[in-house]
Formats: sequence, C-alpha cells, structure tokens
Amino acid sequence: MSGLPIIDQSKCNCCGLCVTICTRGALKIEGNVVKAIPVEDPDWCTMCEIVCPNGAITCPFEIIIDEDGNE
Amino acid sequence: MLRYVSYFKGLSETDLAAVNNHVFEKKAARGDIIVFESEPSDAIYYVNEGVVKAYKTSADGKEQILRIIRPGDTFNDVPILGGVNLATAEAMSPVVLYGIKKKDVEAMTHDYPQIAKNIIRVLSQRVEEMVDLIEDFSFRRVNGRVAKILLENAGNGGKPRLTQQEMAAMIGTAREMVGRSFKSLEAEGAIRLEHSRIVIANRAVLLKIAGLSE
Repeated sequence: MSGLPIIDQSKCNCCGLCVTICTRGALKIEGNVVKAIPVEDPDWCTMCEIVCPNGAITCPFEIIIDEDGNE
Repeated sequence: MLRYVSYFKGLSETDLAAVNNHVFEKKAARGDIIVFESEPSDAIYYVNEGVVKAYKTSADGKEQILRIIRPGDTFNDVPILGGVNLATAEAMSPVVLYGIKKKDVEAMTHDYPQIAKNIIRVLSQRVEEMVDLIEDFSFRRVNGRVAKILLENAGNGGKPRLTQQEMAAMIGTAREMVGRSFKSLEAEGAIRLEHSRIVIANRAVLLKIAGLSE
C-alpha cells in the first residue's frame, strides 16, 4: 500500500499550491516536478487533492475489513 | 490584475485604473485568520497567491469547509453591501490578497453600473453553490450510500483504492459530503480512519447504516 499522494505529472503544471498548503512537508518541487516524499509524521488530510486546480493529485483510500472487529 | 477579477470584468482600462486606487494588499501566513465568522464585514478579497479556505465552525468545534479559494477567486463577497462575515477565512499557505473596503465597493457600484451587474452575477453563483449544498444536506442520505460503497469496495488488497472525489461521483454528491460521512461513520463506530486506509471496524453497524442485510 502506498502512503503517498499520487501525482499525475501529465496534469501537473507545477504551480506549487499543494506544496505551500501541506502542513507535513510531504510535497516538494524538485526541478520543475512536484514530488511526494515520505515524512515521519504523515497525515492523509487530502487537502492537496482539493486545492490542485488541475486534478493532478489524488489521495485514494484503501478500504479494508478489520477481521478482529467483525468476527 | 484587476481585469481578471470577476467584479471588474468589462471595465475599460481607465475605469480599472480608477478602481485600482481603492485596492489594498494584504499578506498572511499559513494558519492566519483573515476574516472571522460573525464579525462585521469590512472588505472583499481577491486571492493573488496561495490558498484560502472558508469554513463554518459548529459549537463543538467541528469544521465544515464551504469553499477552497485559489488564485483568481474572490471571497467574503456575500455580505458585500453590509452585514457580517458568513464564514471564517483562513490562509492554508502563505497568501497575497488584494482587498477592497466594502464602503468603496458601494461607491463603485454607483459610479460603474457594470460592477453592479458583475456583483449580481457573482452572488447568483454563490447562491447556486449554497443551494446545491443544502440539497445534499437535506435530501440525500449520503451516509447510507457511502456505507454501501465502502462495503462493496472492501477487500484486503483485492479491490481498487478510491478517492473521496470518486466516491462522491459514484453516489452523486459533493466531495465535502463524503468527508463528512467518514467522520459520521467513524463516530458511530462503523469505521476507523487510519491514514490512507478506511478500516471497517463494525460490519454489522455499517450494513445497518447502508440499509443492507447480511
């Protein structure tokens, strides 16, 4: 399971809005490319997905069943 | 800059220059509150750089985001002719804003009828957005449908991962409503949010909310 936002580089115009709003520092611009980087204290607030004007970032959820809690 | 602001579309260069005399710049850091809900409304703002969120806060501290305002958009424009701020606006990043005092906006509507027409257009759009949200809150049993989607797409590794936007599209609601449903389902003990995983903690409860049986 990937714990990082997914960035579609074909849609990203590197405006940097996602980088500026990320409170965890999990996104950065390297060269002219936005990259998601692992951080120690990750969050999954999905705000980068919301603010991206081009729909270039997605923060999908994996849906799983807690076997212990459902027996 | 002003020619891109919805309020001032259609104005001549001369008129824009006159309007520009009333514009002030405001900068804010991430987390700064730009306007507070329920306080007297003083100015409208245009986002030049950065991102602002407008939200309401419930008595128990829950936050409901109403709008995300990106560069090129305006905010605090509903009480444009007086009244109080309808929502709190907070900088989500370092922001550069351009503002115009309400009293100056009022004077401009007299001097430039085109601005009055533009304001009506903007306010109509805001009403449409609010009516859509009210429709979601009032008539759509979003929790039940989100619960159904979670049940249908639950699988330890075998099912596709879904974004809130995809779930919203699947059930014909706004993305914000899906996020709200997650919180509600978590409060009822049906699910747990663990980073990028939604864990179905109590399938029986989730089935009941979805209106389904085993």
